[in-house]
Amino acid sequence: MSKRVALEGSFAAAEAARMADVDVIAAYPITPQSHIIERLADFVANGELHAAYMPVESEHSAMSACWGASGAGARTFTATASQGFFLMHEVLYFVSGMRLPVVMTVANRAVGPPTNIWGDYSDAMTARDTGWIQLFAANNQEIFDFVLSGFRFGEDPDVLLPVMVHLDGFTLSHVVEPVVLPEQEEVDSFLPKYHHPYAYDPDRPMSYGIVMNPDTYAEVKKAQDVSLRESKEVIVRVWKEFGDKFGRYYSPIDGYRTEGARTLLMSTGCLSETAKVAIDRKRDQGEDVGLLTLHLWRPFPFEELYEAVKDADTLIVFDRAISLGGPGGPIISEIKSALFDKRRDIKFAGLVGGLCGRNLTVEQFEEIVDRGREIAERGSSQVLETIGIRG
Amino acid sequence: MEDGVIRFGKNIVAKEELLCSGHRACQGCGSALIIRLSLKALGKDTIVCTPAGCWSGVGSMYPDTAWQVPWMQTLFENSSAVAAGIESGFRVLMEKGRVPKRHINCLALAGDGATNDIGVAALSGVLERGDDIVYICMDNEAYMNTGIQRSSATPYGAATTTSPAGKVIPGQTTWKKDMPAIVAAHDVPYVATASPSHPFDMMNKVKKAGEVKGPGYVHVLSPCPTGWRFPPELTIEIGRLAVETGVFPLYEVENGHYKLNVDRAQLKPVVEYLKPQGRFRHLSEEQIERIQDRVNKKYADLKARVTGQAA
Amino acid sequence: MAEKKAKSILKPDWQDCRFGNIFTEAGSSRHYRTGDWRSDRPVVDKEKCNKCGLCWLYCPDSAMKTLEDGYYEPDLFYCKGCGICAKVCARKAIAMIEEGA
Repeated sequence: MSKRVALEGSFAAAEAARMADVDVIAAYPITPQSHIIERLADFVANGELHAAYMPVESEHSAMSACWGASGAGARTFTATASQGFFLMHEVLYFVSGMRLPVVMTVANRAVGPPTNIWGDYSDAMTARDTGWIQLFAANNQEIFDFVLSGFRFGEDPDVLLPVMVHLDGFTLSHVVEPVVLPEQEEVDSFLPKYHHPYAYDPDRPMSYGIVMNPDTYAEVKKAQDVSLRESKEVIVRVWKEFGDKFGRYYSPIDGYRTEGARTLLMSTGCLSETAKVAIDRKRDQGEDVGLLTLHLWRPFPFEELYEAVKDADTLIVFDRAISLGGPGGPIISEIKSALFDKRRDIKFAGLVGGLCGRNLTVEQFEEIVDRGREIAERGSSQVLETIGIRG
Repeated sequence: MEDGVIRFGKNIVAKEELLCSGHRACQGCGSALIIRLSLKALGKDTIVCTPAGCWSGVGSMYPDTAWQVPWMQTLFENSSAVAAGIESGFRVLMEKGRVPKRHINCLALAGDGATNDIGVAALSGVLERGDDIVYICMDNEAYMNTGIQRSSATPYGAATTTSPAGKVIPGQTTWKKDMPAIVAAHDVPYVATASPSHPFDMMNKVKKAGEVKGPGYVHVLSPCPTGWRFPPELTIEIGRLAVETGVFPLYEVENGHYKLNVDRAQLKPVVEYLKPQGRFRHLSEEQIERIQDRVNKKYADLKARVTGQAA
Repeated sequence: MAEKKAKSILKPDWQDCRFGNIFTEAGSSRHYRTGDWRSDRPVVDKEKCNKCGLCWLYCPDSAMKTLEDGYYEPDLFYCKGCGICAKVCARKAIAMIEEGA
């Protein structure tokens, strides 16, 4: 029998890694993810999880040790945020390029300076080109489910790619929510053992990462791009299987009250739940507006996006990240680009807010919809429209 | 010459070549010999992690690889951490019965730049955690692969492209970082210095480093004809002179106990070591004197340490 | 046929590069003739040689062949002509001769 428990987001992530019987954890503390690795340390110290726990001396070494362990054929997990996430940046490319299915939770935190510890997605957005599968969780149940299913589709023989699960720093990592935990037997039957076809093996010596020149580099990169894009099919299939087994179905973009909605608001992460209440209020007032919650960020969900906006004429995108000097918030920039060839008719508006953990209220989300409609209709003098930023 | 080995007196060396011919190392490359002999000492159950350096391309340029053991290119500063991750992974998989139990040497094989400079933090972490890896530093005393730039292992006075022998500043102005001492300060089971000019001593040390439980570190002097500017046939001779002048003493630290492996009543003057090398060609009398004083002092310190410790 | 194969290894299509960063054939450098590099070649004088094996031991390129009769012979396919073997030979049994001489 599955059980319903109260868990903060960090503990939901740790619990998923424990139930997945990870073999190696290599991690370095950083607020607001530290609870994840502390809980895992407890599990290992108390004999509840048989894993090598490597308390490394930096995040660069954390991802490096994960690389080695995953290459040896061990199921590997780590967690980080913001500054630590940046410190491991170059290693991320090697983990994905070497096709190693490491799973990492990123407790998203704003980029310093100013020095800070609170949540937004500016850290996640710097990793768009790293070749990792990337998901955004909107609540603690999703954190648990995405970490668990992440091992499954990351390790799939047709995928073999690392998975990042993004979760809001503090507003999910440190907030207690009800989470339904499955039985261990159910997890075991859902998640087969990890096996890498090219695991390091002295009896099958191979060379990993040999130098390639201008004549060969591009073909390897293109093949990697195709592999990442094709993984979406596996993700969708695994999520269907997950739903059949555990009763919770996910798709790359989930719609909320989108039937007949000509105006759509897109959000990601925990503020999507606040947005849902705003959508309810709007609907009560008779406005045809719905919410799209973006779950799958990489590989980019093109088909699901086209399907989601098929009846819409206005798309308002809320970004909880700032891209300095760029053509708008990160998500709206990509959404516009993705829809450019398919739907020239759609009117767009993007608003940036909620940076560094600044909360947005239901009223502010209603304002996002209203201002968004205006901006979409009349255009804006500013590239970066913001919500809740003074001045 | 029987059963796959060649005997040199009491020293037995495996015939099998785990570093294959056809690699692109320079003529007379010290590190090629170091790798070749170290792999013979460790055997085929070895996984090699190499950071950026000559061996990023020399042994592994598509579609050629000289490695007959699993080998990987790591990033510049993390070969120690990757090797530690491999070891942890295998250890847990063996504990869980997922792979058969066996001893696998997880070897980080890095140059002096990767060890002393950019990778020193990751190495320190591995040493402190006691990760069961072998670390061999092939010290050719500069960033040779990128064009002979100085590192913290470059000796005082040596000319490199970023510490050139200029009219105002004649070569490297700082002393060589004592990396084996830094490693020994971490209280690891095994630290040693070695040179390919003393191949059996080197191979025994590498073998010991592989056998200890915990980090085994061997710092090997890697004479580099290209970067040190001497004719390639002198590689072994230069290594020998480094030991005989006391510039690079051969010693071991086993669980904190120091042992000097090669000693002589009278060290040869350092100028015999410096003279054949183009990188020291510009040295003034005063610089040579300073080097001699420093060598005398450090050697005396080492000897005092050896004799002063409890038996 | 061999030429076509060579072309596809040196210039593969992306479809052949799915695990492009993993090279499965260990020791493939064996086909590469580093012997083309040298300007001097080692020649062993068997009269002086005592089969001590140091030339084999010290070669950075593993370019000393072991013969049935216990002697050693330079492998000219790989030998780069560095001259280390000649220098370390205690019997001075190896001479470095200029190629083409």
